[in-house]
Amino acid sequence: MASSNSLMDSLFQRSLEDLIKGLRLGESTFISRSLEEIRREIKLTDLSTKSVALQKLSYLAALHGVDMTWAAFHAVEVVSSSRFAHKRIGYHAIAQSFSDQTPVMLLITNQLRKDLNSSNEHEVSLALECLARIGTDDLARDLTSEVFTLLGSSKALVRKKAIGVVLRVFDKYPDAVKVCFKRLVENLESSDPQLLSAVVGVFCELTAKDPRSYLPLAPEFYKILVDSRNNWVLIKVLKIFAKLASIEPRLAKKVADPVCEHMRKQNVGKSLLFECIRTVFSSLSNQEVALKLAVVKIREFLMDDDPNLKYLGLHALSIVAPKHLWAVLENKEAVVKAMSDEDPNVKLEALHLLMAMVNEDNVTEISRILMNYALKSDPLFCNEIIGSILVACSRDSYEIIVDFDWYVSLLGEMARVPHCQRGKEIEHQLIDIGTRVKDAKLELVRVSRALLIDPALLGNQFLHPILSAAAWASGEYVEFSKSPYEIAEALLQPRTCLLPDSIRAIYIYSAFKVLVFSLGAYFSSQEPTSSPLAQESTSSGPSMVNGFTYNSISSLVNMIELGLCSLSGTIDVEVQERAKNVLGFIGMIKHEIAEKATSQNSETEAHRAIAFMEDVFSEELGPVSSTAQEKVPLPEGLDLNENLEGLQEICREVLEPMAESDYSSDKVSFSVAKLRIRDQEEASSSLPPPLESSSLLAEHRKRHGLYYLSSQKSDDHNDRDGNDNNTSNEYPPANEISVDSFKPKKKISKPRPVVVKLDEGDEPKRKPDASSSNDESLSRAIQTALMGKGKGKEKEKEKERVKENHEMNVDTENIEQSSRREKKNKKNGERSGKRSSRRQRGKEASVTKPVEVPDLLL
Amino acid sequence: MIKAVMMMNTQGKPRLAKFYDFLPVEKQQELIRGVFSVLSSRPENVSNFLEIDSLFGPDSRLVYKHYATLYFVLVFDGSENELAMLDLIQVLVETLDKCFSNVCELDIVFNYSKMHTVLDEIVFGGQVLETRSDEVMKAVEEISKLEAASNSISLVPKSVSGWRGGR
Repeated sequence: MASSNSLMDSLFQRSLEDLIKGLRLGESTFISRSLEEIRREIKLTDLSTKSVALQKLSYLAALHGVDMTWAAFHAVEVVSSSRFAHKRIGYHAIAQSFSDQTPVMLLITNQLRKDLNSSNEHEVSLALECLARIGTDDLARDLTSEVFTLLGSSKALVRKKAIGVVLRVFDKYPDAVKVCFKRLVENLESSDPQLLSAVVGVFCELTAKDPRSYLPLAPEFYKILVDSRNNWVLIKVLKIFAKLASIEPRLAKKVADPVCEHMRKQNVGKSLLFECIRTVFSSLSNQEVALKLAVVKIREFLMDDDPNLKYLGLHALSIVAPKHLWAVLENKEAVVKAMSDEDPNVKLEALHLLMAMVNEDNVTEISRILMNYALKSDPLFCNEIIGSILVACSRDSYEIIVDFDWYVSLLGEMARVPHCQRGKEIEHQLIDIGTRVKDAKLELVRVSRALLIDPALLGNQFLHPILSAAAWASGEYVEFSKSPYEIAEALLQPRTCLLPDSIRAIYIYSAFKVLVFSLGAYFSSQEPTSSPLAQESTSSGPSMVNGFTYNSISSLVNMIELGLCSLSGTIDVEVQERAKNVLGFIGMIKHEIAEKATSQNSETEAHRAIAFMEDVFSEELGPVSSTAQEKVPLPEGLDLNENLEGLQEICREVLEPMAESDYSSDKVSFSVAKLRIRDQEEASSSLPPPLESSSLLAEHRKRHGLYYLSSQKSDDHNDRDGNDNNTSNEYPPANEISVDSFKPKKKISKPRPVVVKLDEGDEPKRKPDASSSNDESLSRAIQTALMGKGKGKEKEKEKERVKENHEMNVDTENIEQSSRREKKNKKNGERSGKRSSRRQRGKEASVTKPVEVPDLLL
Repeated sequence: MIKAVMMMNTQGKPRLAKFYDFLPVEKQQELIRGVFSVLSSRPENVSNFLEIDSLFGPDSRLVYKHYATLYFVLVFDGSENELAMLDLIQVLVETLDKCFSNVCELDIVFNYSKMHTVLDEIVFGGQVLETRSDEVMKAVEEISKLEAASNSISLVPKSVSGWRGGR
């Protein structure tokens, strides 16, 4: 039965074409039915049936995402067939589906070797293609000698593919360099443009990974750069020189001439011209003549109607922009025009270039232009624009911003762009400016007010972070506000129910600050203008701020009480807790507001409580270095390395909300602390208030995610400061705090508004680029190979050098010495084996630089 | 290096997909879909390049060309020239045109194997090794002959595939 089944299977097997036809009918189960067939057919012994099954499977895997790893062994079977058609199917399947982890990989080594030695060039090329795609360390090692033989093949088809496969072989088995490198280099002198293209392509890849090792080949590349007429070859050589010139500046001078020559040619291909320009911009930008020519040529690209050329032109400009901004400025019109291009790529590049041109003189103008574009752009590009304005303006602590009032109002404007989704960034900058720039606070409060009182904004979830910042600023800097009542009303408007709870909590807390401020002003109103800041902010006649009457303050208190009443039953504990705290506070002082109107006694409980709360909020918040945490001395007896996993088990429920949002946990602890303090204060006066005040302060800071360095000294200072201010309504000026209170901070004053800058930690730390160690052994192999090659020539060339250039010669002598030293080191290293090789490598890295000075430089 | 070659129709159906680094099939399908969703959102008459780092990792670029019902897509890294890659698509299409005389989507659908033959002569393991369509054609014809010859010596002619192979 089984045999007749199999005969039927092979007689009536569907071909690939039948499969494709079937798929086109669009039956849903067709693939799974075909797969069943394939599974059956592929197990048959007949190689023709097997190979067709494999071919169908490859097709399904490539285009329909069907797994074919299970058929790895069958692919090995098919590839061993003597028939070319089967082999092709087999190799195709192997290249497509084998990875380093494929277990049957070991089984194909001999087959590959056999086919690499085949007399049929197409069989050889099948094997080469396969090796180039899936070659493993083992395969590369075992087949190196075959590849070496093929590198000398007389058939161009085979030879160029053998050159191509070298890339994979070197990558997997660096020792192959010893065998194959010489033949590879010899091909650099080939007259066949296809072979040359192949070998230059290989060197282009190798150079990209490790330019230094290939510096000695610069003369050969240079010759190709001058002689070749093939665009493909020239492009690759230019790419090689772009890498080499960036590590060997003297090479740039030499290469600039031929590159210019290529650019000057009348009928030069656009691809080559573009590569020349890119090379000049990226690596030869110190060569004035070349740079000027490239800038002239790039204009042709920018002016072209072809969107591809326009895009590439802008792209190339963005390469040169950091070093030579004038090149961009010369093409300013083209860049601005490109902003309204219909091509998103072109627009994006133009945007990057515009941002590169921003400086403190034109930032206002450019931002205005960009905001206009943002208003009429699609959401994606609109947010790109807003994002890049934010990044450019905030760079280096707002270095380019002179007029912070303008910038703060710009941030407010951004919130009103319909597509704006950059709430997080804007939030961060609003708060950041509040803490850094004292002079911007007035405008910040004005902008915040405008945002808060607009009920429409509450409906857009992308703006919630901005509103949160606005609420915080309005509360924190309420002394700059013209109408605290209005702010409190905005903070408690019914539509705030659209906000997430974490932000609602901030709203409540800000309302609390407004309340405390207003009460403070009310209770100390016998001294009409105690705060110079407040006076400043209310230029419009007799101030509302200090002019709280009994009526106005009680309507404020009532309004807040009413607004919060409904929140005291909220499900979210955070919102509920805060609302209750404020309500508790109001309950405590409410009856004394009326009394105040009649009695002048300043020693009432309410008075004390308000003075205390004011004191709590009086501390100015400043920016905090991101490295601040590291500066905190480790308390004695605290083992940070102790494993706290056990703890997590115990208090999982407590910790979870903490992970949810950074606000909530702080908020809870604030409220708890506050309640406790009140109890303690009322119960016993034995505890000195300063201690409490500083703990509250800590909570206050934590709430905003700001961690100060509270050394003992600064705390003392704060406390003293606080006590002094207890009775008056004065807020300590920001600059005083930033200088004295926080040791790590340093204020840098400029003619423009003071922006508090930190010495360090403003920028996230950049990790040094870890140079990949994978290629190290390859680099060493190459360097060794090239040194062997150069040895003979070296002496002759040295003589020439002596004749031609004395100055250089001093250099070269050093170089020769160090190179000899290095060779010696290398021998030692090899002898002493693996142990010292690591150290050896480090040493090499330091000496290699002077070794490879190409003769061509001189 | 070229990272991938794709051909897909304007409905997003892949017609040919070749990745030069090993990728699991699921990942391949995901990339094909990702590329198509980007391409289909592009208006006509805009540039043919895309920054595609989000799909193919840093320093990846994509060039595509839209012919009739098909997108030809090349994904490559910084060691290739964008305009040269655009030319390469042209070379590929020209070669296919010679191969099938006035190539259309159906030719590509039904000649899956031959498509790979053509492509493999042009791009070898991610490197461009041949850019003259005449040379490609020469090799492709030789390979077709070899295949036909190896199939015709089959002792038991296959009902369908054998007959087709001998055509």
